[in-house]
Amino acid sequence: MIGLTHYLVVAAILFSLGVLAVSTRRNAISVLMGVELILNAGNINLVAFSKFSDVGISGQLFALFVIILAAAEAAVALAIVLNIYRNHHTVTVDRLHSLSG
Amino acid sequence: MALSTLTFYLFALITVGSGVVVVFANRLIHAVFALLFTFFGTAGLYVFLGADFVAGAQVLVYVGGILVLMLFGVMLTNRIYDLQILAERVHFKRSVAVVGVGFALLATIIFRTPWQMVEGVEPASTTVSIGRLLMSEYVLPFEIAAMLLLAALIGASMLASRDNEEGDL
Repeated sequence: MIGLTHYLVVAAILFSLGVLAVSTRRNAISVLMGVELILNAGNINLVAFSKFSDVGISGQLFALFVIILAAAEAAVALAIVLNIYRNHHTVTVDRLHSLSG
Repeated sequence: MALSTLTFYLFALITVGSGVVVVFANRLIHAVFALLFTFFGTAGLYVFLGADFVAGAQVLVYVGGILVLMLFGVMLTNRIYDLQILAERVHFKRSVAVVGVGFALLATIIFRTPWQMVEGVEPASTTVSIGRLLMSEYVLPFEIAAMLLLAALIGASMLASRDNEEGDL
């Protein structure tokens, strides 16, 4: 029988992979993909707790709001990445160390 | 019983396996397409948890929106023909060590905690109750999210537009 811990373990693995992507990748878009993995892991936790505890459907609503935030974050972050690429001709995050262009 | 367990492990394998590809793939474009399977696997897990509306929103927003944005980002920030899309990695061993310790900590917490599980909730369609809650109890976060999306839309198009004179980042 699949219980709460199964989902929590899957989410923990996904979270660790996301942290690994954020900390090891140098491309800005890869870092963004790591952030999306982390958000997905959090969402799995929210929905799993929504099913296996007595909070009812609120967990799913929180997951929905997280999806909304992820969409807004991805749009703004990719616009910033495009702008950085236009000005610096690179999206390697550790080569970007000046704010004023 | 056995079939549902098998289905869960299939979805979990898709999610985790393609997540591994996202982190360890050498080509950036492979990582983006692996992210597609991660999102689909997560949507399958949501269906498994009886969250049909969240699963639909996941497929629509992540696969239809965020992933296409990511693809656009990869295509626009790399010259696709000169094979420079190799994704480099830094601090690899140290990061793996730190993340491994963190995962061990998480796993210890997950397996040591005596979770109070409530069973026996029949899976039903959640769309009606989510809609009711969004319009009654959660109407303020709902409206704030709408404002946030509007602001993100305007801000993203302002940031990415090519012909604004003072908008040099």
